Amino acid sequence: MRQFDTIVIGGGLVGAAIGYGLARAGLTTAMIDEGDVAFRASRGNFGLVWVQSKGLGAPHYQRWTRLSAEEWPALANDLALRTGISVGLEQPGGLQLCLGEEELNRRHAVMEQMRREAGNFGFEYRMLDHKQLTEILPGLGPSVAGASWTPYDGHANSLNLLHALHKSFSEKGGAYLPNRTVGEAHAAPHDFRIELEGETIGAPKIVLAAGLGNAALAPLFGLSAPVRPQRGQILVTERTSRIWPLPLGSLRQTQEGTIMLGSSEEDVGFDTGQKPEIMRNIARRAVLSFPWIAELQIVRAWAALRVMPPDGLPIYDESEQFPGAFTANCHSGVTLAGAHANAFAPMVAAGVLDPIMAPFSAKRFDVPAAA
Amino acid sequence: MFRPRPDAPAATVAVDVEGLTVAVPPGASAAAAVLLAGLASIRETPVSGSGRAPYCMMGVCFDCLAEIDGIPNRQSCMVTAQPGMRIRRQRGARDIDPDDAPEDLPSFPVPAPRSGGA
Repeated sequence: MRQFDTIVIGGGLVGAAIGYGLARAGLTTAMIDEGDVAFRASRGNFGLVWVQSKGLGAPHYQRWTRLSAEEWPALANDLALRTGISVGLEQPGGLQLCLGEEELNRRHAVMEQMRREAGNFGFEYRMLDHKQLTEILPGLGPSVAGASWTPYDGHANSLNLLHALHKSFSEKGGAYLPNRTVGEAHAAPHDFRIELEGETIGAPKIVLAAGLGNAALAPLFGLSAPVRPQRGQILVTERTSRIWPLPLGSLRQTQEGTIMLGSSEEDVGFDTGQKPEIMRNIARRAVLSFPWIAELQIVRAWAALRVMPPDGLPIYDESEQFPGAFTANCHSGVTLAGAHANAFAPMVAAGVLDPIMAPFSAKRFDVPAAA
Repeated sequence: MFRPRPDAPAATVAVDVEGLTVAVPPGASAAAAVLLAGLASIRETPVSGSGRAPYCMMGVCFDCLAEIDGIPNRQSCMVTAQPGMRIRRQRGARDIDPDDAPEDLPSFPVPAPRSGGA
């Protein structure tokens, strides 16, 4: 049996960010990854480092997201120095466009509630009207009534991020174990063993970061991770000259010039297929926002599954039954990469979650409904 | 470097590739005309500016991008050559004309999207 300091189950953005953070902290770490059969939200996401809409009614999530956005530049620099890979981070702030006055008014109310809930922590935002937007967004459609802006938002190349995290993990001595599925798991306090095909590995700590796979894995370690798949679809245009100075929520232009169009939410189980009516809706909103988009060619389109907890907020926990077992679940593996590598991994390395993580425990789902 | 197959139909479709007149058989792709023209490349990438020529010939690699009859960024391997077609070098990313808009915009309203998370 091979013995490690930590085992991370999952090699997507969440697992790789935590695994890299642990290896960098000097822990011998094994990262178990599935093969190409995996759903891999890490390869189907939109690439936003997005803050402004996170945590309505849950200010701890807004703070955690802000912490991540603040850690992102350090992580990006760190990865670039170690690997030479640029993750293309830009954090110029972000705009969420609103079509029609009704959407704009609703958005304004949401942003104001976010500000109130932030309290002394602060939440800086501005509402921009159509005229102000036309000064920074060429060819804005007449249906766009305005937008919300915060300085915290950004975007990055999430495929390069995944690549750079894996490369850094390996260079720090991490053991990457791909094409493995967890057979049997044996849990005892600070003593975990995982049976892989033909091999057993052990460690006093384990982190479950297997995305949708966490739902089945967590109970084996005295944890709960009731995540379900939520499908999102994306359309991608040909590359164009640079036109937007910042990401626009459901629209963004990559550094290479591609324009990505999103976004949608569907509850369809593990079906990764695409639906014309959803794609049409995405394209319509994009063309209403910027009529010139209608002239561009769509060169790719795909669907991927978000890892969605019941209330949309991340779940982080340490097992009470089997101390040393941790879990991390979220639908924002890109945005939260900074927090996972630079804040969550150090907590796991120290062996105890910080009190700021308490509201993210899955215990919040155990409260019985009021009679 | 490239020649038509001996059993190919007669090259009766004349196209213009960067000012050169090239004849290809009916049904051949615009990318075939690019290859027969003998150009070292037909596009310059938006990222590094390096030259590229048709490669996969099946719509996957996007290295055959060209401006065809005034429309930029077309996959020339997926376009059938037509008499008089004008095939031009694709230099980097396509330029956007922000005033370029269709006459009929989609109907409004359209359901709001999610916005980067709960």
